[in-house]
Amino acid sequence: MSDSSVVAPNAGGAPKVSKISEAVIRIAGNSQDGIQAIGGFLARLAGRSEQEVMTFMTIPSTISGGPSIFQVRIGSGEVLSSGDDADVLLCFYQHSYEEHIKSLKKGGIVLYDSDHIEAKPEWQKDYHHLGIPISSLTVEAIGGTAKDKGKNIYSLGLIAKMFDLDLPKLEKLITERFAGKDQSIVKNALAAFHAGYAHSLGNVLETFKFVDSKGKDGQQVVMNGNEAIGFGLIAAGVRFGAGYPITPWSDIMELLRRELPKYGGSFIQTEDEIAAISMAIGGSYAGRVAVTGSSGPGISLKTEALGWAIMAEMPLVVIDVQRGGPSTGMPTSIEQSDLNIACFGSHGDAPRVVIAPADVEDCFYSAIEAVNIAKKYSVPVILLTDQGIATRIEAFTEPNLEKICQDISPTFTPVADHKPYDLSKADGITQHLPPGTWIQSGKYPIVTGLEHDELGHPTGSPKLHMQMMAKRRKKLQALGNTLPTPKVYGPPEGNVLLVGWGSTQGPIKEAVDRARAAGDSVSSLHIKHLNPLPPGLENIFAGFNNVLVVEMNDEGLYGFGQLGGLLRQRYCDPKIRGINKTDGLTFKVKEILERVKTNVADGLRKH
Amino acid sequence: MSQILTDAPQSPKILPIHVPTDEERKGLTKKEVAADHPTWCPGCGDFSVLALYFKLIEKRKMHHEKITTVAGIGCSSRFPYFVQAHGAHYIHGRALPFASGISLSRPDLHVFVFGGDGDAFSIGGNHFNHTARKNIKMTYCVMDNWVYGLTKKQTSPTSPLGFKSKTDQWGAIDYPINPMKQAIAAGATFVARTTHTNPNHVLQMMEAAMDHDGFSFIECLSECVEFYEGAFDSSNPRKGGQFNLVPPTHDVTDEGAAYKLAGEAFPGSFGIFYKVNKPTKNAKETEINKSMQEKVKGLKDWEILQKNFDRMK
Ligand SMILES: Cc1ncc(C[n+]2csc(CCOP(=O)(O)OP(=O)(O)O)c2C)c(N)n1
Ligand code: SF4
Ligand SMILES: [Mg+2]
Repeated sequence: MSDSSVVAPNAGGAPKVSKISEAVIRIAGNSQDGIQAIGGFLARLAGRSEQEVMTFMTIPSTISGGPSIFQVRIGSGEVLSSGDDADVLLCFYQHSYEEHIKSLKKGGIVLYDSDHIEAKPEWQKDYHHLGIPISSLTVEAIGGTAKDKGKNIYSLGLIAKMFDLDLPKLEKLITERFAGKDQSIVKNALAAFHAGYAHSLGNVLETFKFVDSKGKDGQQVVMNGNEAIGFGLIAAGVRFGAGYPITPWSDIMELLRRELPKYGGSFIQTEDEIAAISMAIGGSYAGRVAVTGSSGPGISLKTEALGWAIMAEMPLVVIDVQRGGPSTGMPTSIEQSDLNIACFGSHGDAPRVVIAPADVEDCFYSAIEAVNIAKKYSVPVILLTDQGIATRIEAFTEPNLEKICQDISPTFTPVADHKPYDLSKADGITQHLPPGTWIQSGKYPIVTGLEHDELGHPTGSPKLHMQMMAKRRKKLQALGNTLPTPKVYGPPEGNVLLVGWGSTQGPIKEAVDRARAAGDSVSSLHIKHLNPLPPGLENIFAGFNNVLVVEMNDEGLYGFGQLGGLLRQRYCDPKIRGINKTDGLTFKVKEILERVKTNVADGLRKH
Repeated sequence: MSQILTDAPQSPKILPIHVPTDEERKGLTKKEVAADHPTWCPGCGDFSVLALYFKLIEKRKMHHEKITTVAGIGCSSRFPYFVQAHGAHYIHGRALPFASGISLSRPDLHVFVFGGDGDAFSIGGNHFNHTARKNIKMTYCVMDNWVYGLTKKQTSPTSPLGFKSKTDQWGAIDYPINPMKQAIAAGATFVARTTHTNPNHVLQMMEAAMDHDGFSFIECLSECVEFYEGAFDSSNPRKGGQFNLVPPTHDVTDEGAAYKLAGEAFPGSFGIFYKVNKPTKNAKETEINKSMQEKVKGLKDWEILQKNFDRMK
């Protein structure tokens, strides 16, 4: 908690109230305890209070539940990551207590369910312990059967008290959440909440109050990355798609299946991922950019069809919510190890577009951008997110939907003549006409995965193969020329440039802030357009002694991660090196800083 | 704040082109609907299937722009190149899900899919089952030659036991698939069998399949003169064989009877084995859309989305 150090309990007197600008709260329990719900309420409350919020959660890979955590960082200023160390740890079981106490700052508060947890004396001096019989008090508040149900809401009451949170707003959120269900459920939830809020925290600890937020412009909406992608696609005008369930992609397909019918569209659950991408491509062929997506193994299955879409020049959006691989891998871990398959996965030379959003808000806008690029350049676009961004909740300024929502319905305007693969266009960009379009010349197009002539008929001509290959390449080069050069965070010249992509933007920026505060020369660059790369990166790299690519993937055979390898291939610059890890957890700020130190030292020795 | 870098592409400008009205239009002639000269071997059974597709287009007065022909990979799957109309030559075995994408998003089109036995029952076997069970509206004509033609004589899932191929020099040992049984069991709502040597019958089956509201499947025997010559002689009266129609007493809605017909020894019977009317997936999805859209009646698309966003504040 910045702006405040937790002080020793003031003996006997009233608890101290400290003004704080941000707090990190970690809730640890089992997944069936509804700890995600507490986190969700806090995140939503922050959104409604115009505060910034970022969450981080782990989900157990077994269905029956298991240890799970939810971390919320709420701040009145800018929140870039879900926080390295927690200020408050709320834990429900002995295992949660023992597992997570180390994630607490020295001097932090551990709020524990004394019905299940025996506090360890050796930890008492480092952390303020506050034991409350949460389970039995919940039963007392709402009745016997609610043993496990409701203790999350009871705890929310405790937290609300501790941080002096807005009571009416929370009551409203709880009522909304359970609305539509049995009236007694809402009543019980509120009863549990009030009981928690009314429970005396004793006079052993201080309580906190957030300083007023600087106020974000306009209304805030609160959602996770998967939701932002789903709604972004709808805003972009996507009305058809197909998929096969796999964690963590399934949320997006479930959302689209549920929502698209309202717009007259459909999302189809297919027999497998090959059918899913094929059906989506069929939908795109029929006239409107369609979407498919997957995670892990499902992405591998899609690559043959993806190659077809590249060859046939079909617009398509493929969402890849990355998880730990290869194979079934680490289904619920965070990893950024699909960049190579996204950029290169296919036999043959198969150029496509790859975009990686940096945060939840960016997921929404990137989905729209992906659709527009797919349509304009008639090409598959892969949107790379990851398990971390998919499930983390953020608040962002509400988009102006009336302005943003677009209609991309096909038109069937008759044409005089049409060549789907017209070679006369210098930039290689052509558009297909969907079936239903009348062509006066009587010459109709075939879309195909065989190398073809301008009308789509097969050819064995080496000359045409080279021309068509160039066409498919040139249109991406044309796109590349229009991409904005990303801005350096921090001074444009210095010792170290940290380069990142995707969900690591927050911790990397925070690492820059901390390093600079400590007097080190560190800046960062976030690359969103990964294929093609934006222009001007070499000039940026030229301003730094070390270019360290921070990625959640393996350092590979030669010591570089996947973006590191791509940048080295592109810029042939030996000062590009990697900071990689595959522990399945988001980068902590201090982790990045430590690695920068050793990496720079190692690098110098090697030079 | 994020921004969208690429503007929504503009729709193409409207050209002043006169499209003939339906009254002004005559049915297409074979010349107008034929495209590339087929690359098939002279005498290949696939020629007659193509000729009869042309006949169907002509007879049913289909217009160029409404014809959508889809195929996977194989000799037979080169079909779309030979038809002067919108068409797609997709990847091996996956023509059905591709065609489903068209069918489910474009109710104004009737989608025709052509392909081989390997495409349908080996690499595409699972798609066959699921497209059939979902009763997705389209016509699927499998040109069954009991062999892999394009890759030059390997065993196919319909090759009979003992067939000597390059991958079974001593004769095929794996029990073949019975396409008719497969289709009935998978839940296809129209299942018919025909052979390229009886043009009138092929056309009849194509017409009936096209008129069926649902997933209509035709197994059309189509001889590969290159790698399985004479495979179907015993079904061809001109070669001393027998062409038996499905008996007029057969009840096409009787699944058990259809299954029995499918179990007859070669050459078996030709005609419609099974035909029932069940709501298509297309119709069911439309039904869902109707009821969902009822709840957001009168709202623009952005207003529907706004309702979601309002709940996320
Ligand atoms: C993924 C994939 N595997 C294999 C092939 C090679 N291949 C092309 S067609 C074919 C089989 C063709 O047999 P069939 O479907 O019966 O069609 P026919 O040529 O007999 O008409 C094979 C194995 C391919 N194109 N793609
Ligand atoms: S190889 Fe067989 S199936 Fe292929 S074109 Fe020749 S005869 Fe027809
Ligand atoms: Mg065959």
